[in-house]
Amino acid sequence: MSTLEVRNLGCRYGAREVLRAVSLSIQAGEVLAILGANGAGKTTLLHSLARIRRPSQGTVTIDSQEIWRLKPGDVARQLALMPQSERRDSSLSVTEAVRLGRAPHRGWFLPLTISDETMIEQALTAMSLTELRDRPITELSGGEWRRVILARAIVQQAEILILDEPVSGMDLRFQIEVMKTIRSLASGNGMAAVLTLHDLNLAAIYADRIALLAHGELMALGIPAEIFTPEKIQAAFGISVLVLQHPHFKTPLIVPSS
Amino acid sequence: MKLWLTCLLLLILGGLMVISLGIGAVSISPIKVWQVLAGIESTTLSLSDRTIIWELRLPRTILACLVGCGLGTAGAGYQGLFRNPLADPFVIGASSGSALGATLMIVTGMQVNWLGLSAVPLAALAGSLLSVAIVYMIAVAGRDAPMLSLLLAGVAVSSFIGAVVSLLMFLNDERLVTIFGWLMGSFSGSGWSTLPTIAPLILIGITGLWLLSRPLDALSFGEEAAQGLGLRLSLLRSGVVLFTSIATAASVSAGGVIGFVGLISPHLARLIVGGRHVWVIPVSGLFGGILLVAADDLARTIVAPEELPVGVVTALLGSPFFLFLLKTRRRAWGAIT
Repeated sequence: MSTLEVRNLGCRYGAREVLRAVSLSIQAGEVLAILGANGAGKTTLLHSLARIRRPSQGTVTIDSQEIWRLKPGDVARQLALMPQSERRDSSLSVTEAVRLGRAPHRGWFLPLTISDETMIEQALTAMSLTELRDRPITELSGGEWRRVILARAIVQQAEILILDEPVSGMDLRFQIEVMKTIRSLASGNGMAAVLTLHDLNLAAIYADRIALLAHGELMALGIPAEIFTPEKIQAAFGISVLVLQHPHFKTPLIVPSS
Repeated sequence: MKLWLTCLLLLILGGLMVISLGIGAVSISPIKVWQVLAGIESTTLSLSDRTIIWELRLPRTILACLVGCGLGTAGAGYQGLFRNPLADPFVIGASSGSALGATLMIVTGMQVNWLGLSAVPLAALAGSLLSVAIVYMIAVAGRDAPMLSLLLAGVAVSSFIGAVVSLLMFLNDERLVTIFGWLMGSFSGSGWSTLPTIAPLILIGITGLWLLSRPLDALSFGEEAAQGLGLRLSLLRSGVVLFTSIATAASVSAGGVIGFVGLISPHLARLIVGGRHVWVIPVSGLFGGILLVAADDLARTIVAPEELPVGVVTALLGSPFFLFLLKTRRRAWGAIT
């Protein structure tokens, strides 16, 4: 199982430093939520992890291999990315969109094999997409589209999932549906998931660990019970909160106090 | 289903080409056309029938078909690359460069003949490739040419070259009709000599773009997602620009600046075969061929024995048709803008 490790990571946009000395690692089967106020550096961190933004300092390694020394295809076999708002610029069908997840393994020119097709079928079934298989992706709801992207990540056979705000713009039902799917991919399939979220309570329920970013620095890293304290949330978001206990999940429940 | 539809389009294109051989200033019956093509001797066939079909109409129809295929495919390539349904083969300066090359040859009266191409098409081919190369070099940053930079550089370079062409026309008003005639596109006078040069270039462009189908599909998810699938964006961009430019430059060189075919064909293709580029690219080519062969038929029959510039016909018919598509397919297009 792949391990993703970040050491002393720093990123700049021109003269502006957006990430400073971030170090963390994520193991197989774990969900790590990156939280922080707008502009804290969450998306920049995810882009650095996914080999999209080259850091100005520090390293990102997968199984001790620096990702910028790997070819893009090698990285894609180990790490799948779900951008914040993935576009749907063509009317590919659900199946056709999922099939593209095999590109890192089969290349861009070779036809897919029977075992690829079997894997695609299994992923469609796992994400409850079999009935939608021929539907153009432009006609899917936001939640259905996220499931398609997750199915594509499954056939990509990546052991690490990088998800940038996977539930943004969704109603509560779809938010929970997507978070449960991510949770089950980590627990059931042994994948590691790194995601950014704005909803602290969803993070408290579904994430194993929380990385709290503030002003480009990793302010705190730990399990939800350690991170979700009124003081830390005040420091990261500048708001006063009460931290209660969720009556059902027994996880921290954050509510505004003023 | 998609295969059957593609075969049907192939049949329509083939049928249209056979019909094209019979129509024009001199009308020749389909039976006679068949006899000439099949090499059947008949007393009803005159020498002029054979000459008209073999030496005039057949190379012209093949060229119109190839140019249509090239423009249709190039349109699909750029619409896929820029993820914009308004992109056409001329979006990054191919037409302005070719117009400058052709105008220079017309005003200087220079006589050259190379690879079966006379001065004007040769200069148009070179001008087209050169202007795209300049746009690409301006847009390139590091080892990549970002798409917005490509589009903006294309607009700026096209405007500049367009101004130079206008200046040349202004200073050489005695050649205005010839220059306008070329700019509006025509296959008049096309013979066999240009085909051995133009056909391979267009076929290289089409084949190269078709091989990039799957990467273009991945790009439709956005650049980040495509990179997440292991795609090298810089390689894809240069590949699409290269093959599209080859097909466009060869097409423009053979027929002049013919608008709308490259814009409309990919939309028609997506209507019947969906969004996968492995189908969209060849079917756009087929639609391009059909549209241009039909437009050329109209261009040489509407005011026979005179001819209309084929670019005027494609624009006259293409604009209302594009608006019709826009009105009827607005909901579907909303998703891809």
